[in-house]
Amino acid sequence: MNQENNSRRDFLLTGLLIAGAATGCTTPQKDPFESGAEEQAVASGKKVKLLSVDGEIIEVDEAFLKPVPHLPPVTNTEARIGIPGKKFVMVIDLSRCKNLKKCQSACNHAHELNPGENWIKVEPMQEAAHTAPYWEPTTCMHCDEPPCVKVCPVDATFKRQDGLVLIDSDRCIGCRFCMAACPYSARVFNWGEPQIPAAIAAQPYSCETSIPQKKGTVSKCDFCADMTREGMLPHCVSACPNGVFAFGDMNEDSVTNGAETFRFSDLIRDKAGYRLMEDLGTKPSVYYLPPAARNFPFEAGLENDKLQNK
Amino acid sequence: MEKLVLDEKIIKDLLPQKFGRAGKIWVAVLVAICLVGAYAYYRQLRYGLIVTSMRDYVSWGIYISNFVFFVAISLVGSLITAVFRLAGVKWGSPLTRIAEIIAVAAIIFASLIIIVDMGSPERFYNLFIHGRIQSPIIWDVIVITTYFFISLLLLYYPLLPDIQILLRFKAGTNKKLYAFYNYIGSFWKNTPEQIKLSEKAINILCIAIIPVAFTIHTVTSWLFATTYRPGWDSTNFGAYFIAGAFLVGAGAVVVAMYVFRKAYHLENYITENHFEKMGRILVLLAMLYLYFNINEFLTPFFKMKESESEYLNGLFSGNFAPLFWFAILTGMIIPTIILLFKKGRKPLPVFIAGIMVVVGAWFKRYLIVTPTLLHPFLPMHDVPESYHHYFPSWEEWAITMGSLAGALLIVTILARIFPIIPIQETITEQHETTE
Repeated sequence: MNQENNSRRDFLLTGLLIAGAATGCTTPQKDPFESGAEEQAVASGKKVKLLSVDGEIIEVDEAFLKPVPHLPPVTNTEARIGIPGKKFVMVIDLSRCKNLKKCQSACNHAHELNPGENWIKVEPMQEAAHTAPYWEPTTCMHCDEPPCVKVCPVDATFKRQDGLVLIDSDRCIGCRFCMAACPYSARVFNWGEPQIPAAIAAQPYSCETSIPQKKGTVSKCDFCADMTREGMLPHCVSACPNGVFAFGDMNEDSVTNGAETFRFSDLIRDKAGYRLMEDLGTKPSVYYLPPAARNFPFEAGLENDKLQNK
Repeated sequence: MEKLVLDEKIIKDLLPQKFGRAGKIWVAVLVAICLVGAYAYYRQLRYGLIVTSMRDYVSWGIYISNFVFFVAISLVGSLITAVFRLAGVKWGSPLTRIAEIIAVAAIIFASLIIIVDMGSPERFYNLFIHGRIQSPIIWDVIVITTYFFISLLLLYYPLLPDIQILLRFKAGTNKKLYAFYNYIGSFWKNTPEQIKLSEKAINILCIAIIPVAFTIHTVTSWLFATTYRPGWDSTNFGAYFIAGAFLVGAGAVVVAMYVFRKAYHLENYITENHFEKMGRILVLLAMLYLYFNINEFLTPFFKMKESESEYLNGLFSGNFAPLFWFAILTGMIIPTIILLFKKGRKPLPVFIAGIMVVVGAWFKRYLIVTPTLLHPFLPMHDVPESYHHYFPSWEEWAITMGSLAGALLIVTILARIFPIIPIQETITEQHETTE
């Protein structure tokens, strides 16, 4: 464990050293990812200036630069534990949503979802005949009392200490009890063979990236666990131009939509935040701010809705 | 001397017979349906559950309703065999084997159909290596397995004296079958010790099977009742399911009684009196199930909670209304009316009532599963149009029909190799009555 951490740190250091100039500088004929590519490199004589982690400017021969692949995802055993000291939370501001569905397309793209599958749904809601309709994006609620985890017969879906509810697709037997149990209809099943590029399909499954999806297993919003581990925001949060989604850590009492950062408790207090179906006792990690003082009229989102819902 | 002649006649009447023309056609048809089902399942294994019409909202379809149907029907084994035996009901003894055969066939296909419903059946073993005892599915796996073995033993032990008779009278008919009888029953010598031991074992099994039988169907109902969904979130569900299970099981038994009586000319053994009495039981069970249905639907109907109103209106007067009222009428009310009259408890009307009960029960299970799933809490949105409806695909129908045919095939085969009415028991009872 310790050793693994060290080696990852080393990897990070080298990565930082050379990542910056990587893309433009490699010779196009050679596959820089190929093993042994480094040894084959011959000094070209052309130097590139880089900033080291210590803040010194250093010069490196262009030929020795190589792109760094993404950090290796943690093992699925580690992914089950979660990030110590964190308690992730999301706040969705309904007054800002006009059903642009940018969250949805970013999510679908990032998780290689098939057409028709959406982990984020944006639903037209209207409480009663004479109340105002509004758009409500729904993700997995990452409940603290998750009904899906309660019913799973094989521990394929699990709750982590940082609040995330994730799925181990390598273990899921496809009984779909979790889908019946989830009151938020958050779960999406892979009814057929997912159509994804062969290179991605061949990767080992990671509980944190939820990639690659597999036939006969269930999937859902994962709060982009791989992004949060690297300290970045989930794709839906950064994709929304209207700042509908704010994401953060309950323990730090702060959430951010990228542009603005709020004190979570203040935001919930001042804007009367609430959770969906509180009476069921599922204790969601997603909070909603009521659609008061809207930025957009409801009708603004109707046109966009026709693409998916006839 | 007279006694011996009588015994010989009973044995001759009750020995399993070779299939006649009708029997062969029947088996051929069943095998054909099973093969179509097997082909459909091959397609499902190859392409995934995409070949079904199930999608994210209706994530359980006729496989699950069929599973509930099979579990329900299998309860009859415990009703006829155990309850009658423990209650000292003598007239039921010619029906015990029919009941046990149906129970074993149904529970086998209940287990198979649940595997068919799995998205990744090749990972079935995960239930054993990663099983979580907190999940109602694991409870179901445990009790169904237990019930299967108790039912099998409850079929097997009372069969031993009959196998001895088969060994005596069936020598030289079919080598392989004879060897099979020999393998499973040659140790039985009808000694007083053996009989005493067997009686004791059967008594223990009869006591054990009742709580297990209640558990299998209660746990099956909990697969639904442990969720929040309208139509499933009910404390009535366990009792409601058990009542329905006893009804459909008894219905299946009267249907089987009638068919076997006709096919094997068993009029002297399955008498009109049996139909009269089973008719009474059936009417009682139909009214009991009707009571639980009223209990299940009247109180939510009275309140009409917003979260349930669309679902309830769909059943009472919407899309599902024709099916809903068909199931209530055919499955409960019409059989009750038929069987309340003395003339209605003759073999043919009882048989018809039995068929109505079984058919009504199958659709009832469909109505328990599907309408609820079409009424989630949040609106069905941002999904393809096909996700808003459910009508089973041909593969689902083929697999479901294949499983029903498979269960009938097991019943048929068991009736072909074993006496459908316990011979030894009939002889003993004959002796008791003549003395």
